[in-house]
Amino acid sequence: MQSPDVLLRGRDISRRWGGLVAVDRVSLELRRNSVHALIGTNGAGKSTLIDILSGETAPSAGSVELLGDDVTRWSQPRRARRGLGRSYQRNTIFPGLTVLENCRLAAQARAQRPWSWWNAASACAASLDAAHRAAARTGLDALLAEDAGLLSHGQKRQLEIAMCLATGPAVLLLDEPLAGMGAEEAERMLALLDELKRGHAILLVEHDMDAVFRVADCVTVMVDGAVIASGTPQLIRASAAVRAAYLGDVH
Amino acid sequence: MDRAKTLFVALTFAALALYPLFAGSFGIDLVTKTMIYAIFALSLELLVGGTGLVCFGHAAFFGIGAYALVLLSASTGSGALVWLLPSCIVAAAAYALFVGSLSLRTQGVYFIMVTLAFAQMAYYVAHDTPVGGGTDGIYLTVTPILAGLDLSRSPTLYGFTLLCLAAAFGALALLLRSRFGRALAGIRINEQRMRAAGFSTYAYKLAAFVISGALAGLAGALFALKDGVVNPELIGWHLSGAVLIMVILGGIGHLRGALIGAFAFALLQELFQSEAIFGALAKHWHLGLGLAIIASVALLPRGIVGIPAQVRQRLLGFKATPRAEISDAVA
Repeated sequence: MQSPDVLLRGRDISRRWGGLVAVDRVSLELRRNSVHALIGTNGAGKSTLIDILSGETAPSAGSVELLGDDVTRWSQPRRARRGLGRSYQRNTIFPGLTVLENCRLAAQARAQRPWSWWNAASACAASLDAAHRAAARTGLDALLAEDAGLLSHGQKRQLEIAMCLATGPAVLLLDEPLAGMGAEEAERMLALLDELKRGHAILLVEHDMDAVFRVADCVTVMVDGAVIASGTPQLIRASAAVRAAYLGDVH
Repeated sequence: MDRAKTLFVALTFAALALYPLFAGSFGIDLVTKTMIYAIFALSLELLVGGTGLVCFGHAAFFGIGAYALVLLSASTGSGALVWLLPSCIVAAAAYALFVGSLSLRTQGVYFIMVTLAFAQMAYYVAHDTPVGGGTDGIYLTVTPILAGLDLSRSPTLYGFTLLCLAAAFGALALLLRSRFGRALAGIRINEQRMRAAGFSTYAYKLAAFVISGALAGLAGALFALKDGVVNPELIGWHLSGAVLIMVILGGIGHLRGALIGAFAFALLQELFQSEAIFGALAKHWHLGLGLAIIASVALLPRGIVGIPAQVRQRLLGFKATPRAEISDAVA
C-alpha cells in the first residue's frame, strides 16, 4: 500500500482551540513531482493545517508522516532538517542582510557546525554553493549583494522561496506565494512552481483560482476546517458541492 | 570601511598597552576598572546586539564570578588563579545555564523581567544570608598569584586585564563571524524563519547565554581582584542597568560599541563626580549622568559608534542608504 512517491502524509489531523474546531479530521498526501493545491475560504483552517504539517503547531489528534518517518512529535527544526521546507503568507526574510546571506543562512541549516568558531561563515562552501543555486533558480542572481529589506514585494516573495529551496527540502509547503504579486511576477512564479515540481512534493495554498487550476495536479477544498472535496482540478471544477460552498461565494 | 574598524580597534589596544607608561596609580586603577567593565559590556553585547536578547540581570553573573573568587580562595586558602579563575567562570556559567534554560522560554519584556528576577534572587542570597557576609561583603584575604606574578599589584593586574579584554574581544569577533554567530544574527532578525530552516533556536540562544554569563563571570572575578573586596552591589540591578547603558551608549550591534560604551560611561561618571567642575552638584552626579545618557540616546540613536555614519548622512543630505550587513562586518 505504501507508495514511495508519497513524501508527506497527514492522517486524520484535527486541531481544536477550546470549542473551536480549526481543523477537522483532515487527511492528505503529497506526492513527488506533483503540486497539491489547498483552497478554501478565509478561516477554513488552511494555515493551521500548514502549521501542523510543518511542526509549528501540535495537532489535537492525528499524525504526520514525512519521508516514511512518523514525525508527529518532532519539533519544527527537526522536520526541516529531515527535508520539509515552508514559506509564509507574509514575508519572513532577514532584512538588513544581503540576498546572498539570506539564502546562505537558510542553507547553513544543513551544515550547522556551531562549534567551528575559527572558520568564517562566509567561507562555508557548502552553504554558499546551495545559496547560489537557490538564488539562480528563483531568478535572484542579479540581486545577490542587495539588502533583502530593500527588494520589491515580488522579489521578496521570490527570496522567500529561494530561502526555502536553499535548505534542500524534498517537500515544500507554500503559503500563498502569489499574494500581492503583479501579473508579470505571478506569471514567473507559476513557471517556477511548474519547474520545482520535478523532484519535489509541493503543497500550495492559494487564493488565485486561475493559478491553482493551471499548476495543480490535485486540489483539496476545505470549508470550516473540514475537507469537502479532493481530486483532480477537473473534478473539483465540476463538483456541485465545491461550487455551492466555495467557488460561488467568492466571485 | 572595514579597514578603518580594524585600525580603530588596533589603535585602542595599542593606546591601552602604552597607557601605564604615562599614568599614575589613580589612572591605572580607573582604566583597569573600565577595562573590566568593557569585558562585562562585551559579554552583554553578545546577547543584546548579537542575539537580540535584552538581559536585565547580567550583574548576577558578574557578581557570582566576583563572590566565587573570594569565597573559593578563602575556603581553600589558595590564591592560585590558574584554577580560581576557571572556577569563577564555571560558577557564573552554571548559573547562566540555570537562568537561561528557564528565562529563554519567555520573550520580549517577559524575558527582561525574568532575568531581572533571577538576578535579584542572587542579590538577596548575598545580601541576606551568612554565605556572602551581608551588606558589608567579604574581603579577599589571599595574595592572588598567576604564573608567579602577584596580581594584587595594580600594574600587573592592569596588564592581565588588558590581556583578558583583548582575548575576549578577539574570541567574540571570531565567534560572531562564524556559523554560530551568523545563526545568532538570524535568530535576532527572524527567529521563526530560523526554526523553519531547521535551526533549534533554543539551543543556540542557551549556548549564547552561557558563553555570555561565563565572560561576565570572568569580568566579575577580575573586579574582585582589583578591589580586594566584594559586596552585594556587584549583583544588584543598578549594575545590570549600568552595563546595559554602556552597550546602548556605545552602539548596539558592534563589539566596538561595548568597548567605547564602557569608556564613555566611565568618563561621564568621572566628569559628573568632579568637584572641580561641578562643585556642590558633584554629590548628585547621578542626575548629571542620567541627563547625559538621555541626551545621548535622543541625539545618537545608533550610539557613539554610529556617529561617523550620522555625520556622513548629514553631509550627503540623507541620501546614503544603510549598507547591507555582510558576514564579516561584525567587529
